[in-house]
Amino acid sequence: MIKVEGLTKRYARNVAVDNISFEVEKGQIVGFLGPNGAGKTTTMRVLTCFLPPTEGKAQVAGFDVMTQAMEVKRRIGYLPETPPLYPEMEVSEYIEFVGRLKGLPRAGLLKRVDEVCERCNVADVKSKLISKLSKGYRQRVGLASAIIHNPDVLILDEPTAGLDPEQRRETLSLIKELAGEHTIILSTHILPEVEQTCQRVIIISKGKLVATDTVENLNSRLRGAELVAVEVEPRNGHLAQEVVQQKLEQVPGVSRVLFREQRNSRLLFEVESLQGRSIRGDLARAVVQADWNLTELHPIGLSLEEIFIQLTSSTEKGGSK
Amino acid sequence: MSIGNIWILCKKELKSYFASPIAYGLMAFFALVCGYFFYAATAIFVVRSTDPMMAQRGMPMDVTEWVIRPVLMNASVLGLFMIPMITMRLFAEEKRSGTIELLATSPIRDIEIILGKWLAAVLLYVCILAVSAIDLSILFIYGKPEVKPLLVGYLGLLLQGSCLLAIGTFISNTTRHQLVAGAATFAVCLLLWVLDWVSAYDSTPTGRVISYLSVMGHFENFAKGVLDSKDVIYYLSVIFFGLFLTTRSMEYLRWRA
Repeated sequence: MIKVEGLTKRYARNVAVDNISFEVEKGQIVGFLGPNGAGKTTTMRVLTCFLPPTEGKAQVAGFDVMTQAMEVKRRIGYLPETPPLYPEMEVSEYIEFVGRLKGLPRAGLLKRVDEVCERCNVADVKSKLISKLSKGYRQRVGLASAIIHNPDVLILDEPTAGLDPEQRRETLSLIKELAGEHTIILSTHILPEVEQTCQRVIIISKGKLVATDTVENLNSRLRGAELVAVEVEPRNGHLAQEVVQQKLEQVPGVSRVLFREQRNSRLLFEVESLQGRSIRGDLARAVVQADWNLTELHPIGLSLEEIFIQLTSSTEKGGSK
Repeated sequence: MSIGNIWILCKKELKSYFASPIAYGLMAFFALVCGYFFYAATAIFVVRSTDPMMAQRGMPMDVTEWVIRPVLMNASVLGLFMIPMITMRLFAEEKRSGTIELLATSPIRDIEIILGKWLAAVLLYVCILAVSAIDLSILFIYGKPEVKPLLVGYLGLLLQGSCLLAIGTFISNTTRHQLVAGAATFAVCLLLWVLDWVSAYDSTPTGRVISYLSVMGHFENFAKGVLDSKDVIYYLSVIFFGLFLTTRSMEYLRWRA
């Protein structure tokens, strides 16, 4: 649905996007991930024909953003970081205006406006002035207007920025519902959002593509070593932290033991294994053999956050060479 | 180019003019000042026409010459102040608030956006000018002024306004600050206005070219009730030039951004 090849965008003094290539399949939700200033917005602006690329090609639904911009614009719904709202308009009036801009005929448009309002939970403020709306409502009005013409591709730039956790959850579940009908690219720098909503992740940093993969693959790809949380309780009396730590360090395959915290008499440790070693069984046995209670033992997956930091910091090292 | 798309934009702009105090403020300002000009012109006319000295000279006192012409001339000067206020927000506001992204990513051409916005500005200007018709209609209650020179005069005001509005539209597109756009438009309008002054002392070809470029010089004929194709062509070409520059600047800003 979306195909980007060797896309580069240079501004007067800096390179915002540097030779990025990726593809997005129809019906997918793709998370576009990167720290602020990584080039997410620029890439999205190229895809929406707002900015022309300096080099490279981008195609949306088989149409080139440079040579067939009108066709691309017809098939794209775009929600910029600050929703492009006119404060002096009423909600339904605004959505109708956007529908007309996108080339929808007047007949049936009002019905369609009602539909998207219902869909995006803004039906209750339909006749309110946009200037009177809260941030969360504004975001949803922006989303409603972005899907008014039922676009093939939906491009959302930080759709949850500035929302409170409840609004954020609502917006994300709404986006999730929209998937399937639309191919969605959403950008964010908040990682749990991507883990929750997206099937694939495209990570960029400083204008360069760092990784593109499914969320699961990225997780397993970077998880060579095992990280295990272990909680130990003395059967009676007091237990010294150092003693347990020593014991755990002696378990074969363990590379590092970190004391986390003490909860009443229970001690929580994080144990990291050597590359490619499975240590959970040995850890359990060691604790039980020492005549302590094993109250908790579970693997901790590397969060996307850690993956992200690993990936982006490694490109920084590569870049400074 | 689609008329439908131009109209969608134009309607939206008109609504936002009338949703804000700009439209009403300008209309009130114009009604007040133009009303004063009308009052002053008629008062002078009444005094002069009853003056026995004037009657002796055998000069027929003419409402068109003594009332309508000065009122129209003054109205056109007022345009100089109102036009920057009409056009300054057209693009600058959209750029500042980011709504330009909506327009630029919709399947609608630059020229349709520009024409829609400019047309809305022209229609607002027409509404403002219409206020002065209240004053002049009083003349028709008490007398029978000639209608044709009056219509020509209004056509002149409209053409002159449209051409300055086109320039203002262009300037608004070059900045994201409304005040900058307004001030620059006022400066350019003023310059185009006073270019006419050279005609008083410079009759060299350069001087003639400079005075030809003045928007004021071309209006004088209209105010006299004379419809000259030379003046109409001048105004139409400035409108075209202003709007053309706007399309170029939109393109340029897109590539440079």
